Amino acid sequence: MSKFTKKRGKASPAISTASLPDIIFMLLFFFMVVTVMRSSDRLVDVIVPEATELTKLEKKSLVNQIYIGKPKEQYRDIYGSAPRIQLNDKISDEDDIPIFLEKHKIKVPENQRTKITTSLRVDGKVTMGIVQDVKTALRKANQLKVNYSTRPSGK
Amino acid sequence: MLNRKKNSRLSNEVNAGSMADIAFLLLIFFLVTTTIDIDKGITVKLPPWSNEEVDPTKLNKRNVFSVLVNADDQLLVRGELADVEVLRERTKEFIMNPEKREDLAEKPTKAIISLKNDRGTSYETYIQVYNELKAAYNELWTEKLNTIPGYSDAIFNSDLPIAVRREVRAEIPFVLSEAEPTAFGEE
Repeated sequence: MSKFTKKRGKASPAISTASLPDIIFMLLFFFMVVTVMRSSDRLVDVIVPEATELTKLEKKSLVNQIYIGKPKEQYRDIYGSAPRIQLNDKISDEDDIPIFLEKHKIKVPENQRTKITTSLRVDGKVTMGIVQDVKTALRKANQLKVNYSTRPSGK
Repeated sequence: MLNRKKNSRLSNEVNAGSMADIAFLLLIFFLVTTTIDIDKGITVKLPPWSNEEVDPTKLNKRNVFSVLVNADDQLLVRGELADVEVLRERTKEFIMNPEKREDLAEKPTKAIISLKNDRGTSYETYIQVYNELKAAYNELWTEKLNTIPGYSDAIFNSDLPIAVRREVRAEIPFVLSEAEPTAFGEE
């Protein structure tokens, strides 16, 4: 009996918190690596449609994004409510696409330029007219790799 | 003597107790700003720009699988109204032509999908149609892949070696021609 009581009295060591900073730093580095700073504010509302046949876009630096959708509530006074194109952080026309592509291209090493993909993030409710104009502009600018951004469907 | 005492005091260890707090603060900052948005979608290759349009009507009619989507999001598949649900099966039947019918593709390498839409077609419908066409090809590719020794249970995706993918796609090439849309029903 006395054996047990003796043990009990001894067993109260505080948990060492010395390794806590290490653990936190590890988490910190993980998030630092994973994080992508959002480069531009969204000026248009975009809810991309659903699809099943998806491919992942691998390298973030080789992807440029074009958003198409109706301007957000607070910008309707300036830009109207018809669907518009957003390049970087401003509302643009399809005439601005070649310059936009060129600006992205010069940041990419020359041997990887053929792998540049344009990610079209288009709202599901938008009509094909404006999308077609963008596609035509992309074809004219010889930017042929395109990805229609979609959500995986719940099927 | 006095000097030595001062020195030993100066070289005290830096208190590391607040390190965890600093790390926590940074961690929370990155947690908030991080957006792990996986960029997924349907990858397509657009045809190079040329002023003259390819006219699919010049091709042998049996090899063309025409899909029209109008401004009311209705589907016309080879001249008759159809649903998106049946598109996948019909595409597969058309490409492979298992019963060797006269009006379907001669062989998979000659099959051409022709997709046409109005400017008023909704993007959602367009993606649905495109998805079904792509799905039909993906299923056929997987079937083809399973006949190759060593890949009997594999699914066709981008993780496969490029040589194998090329081989499969050479036998069933994905040829999709998109005509300029007609200017109906734009907002």
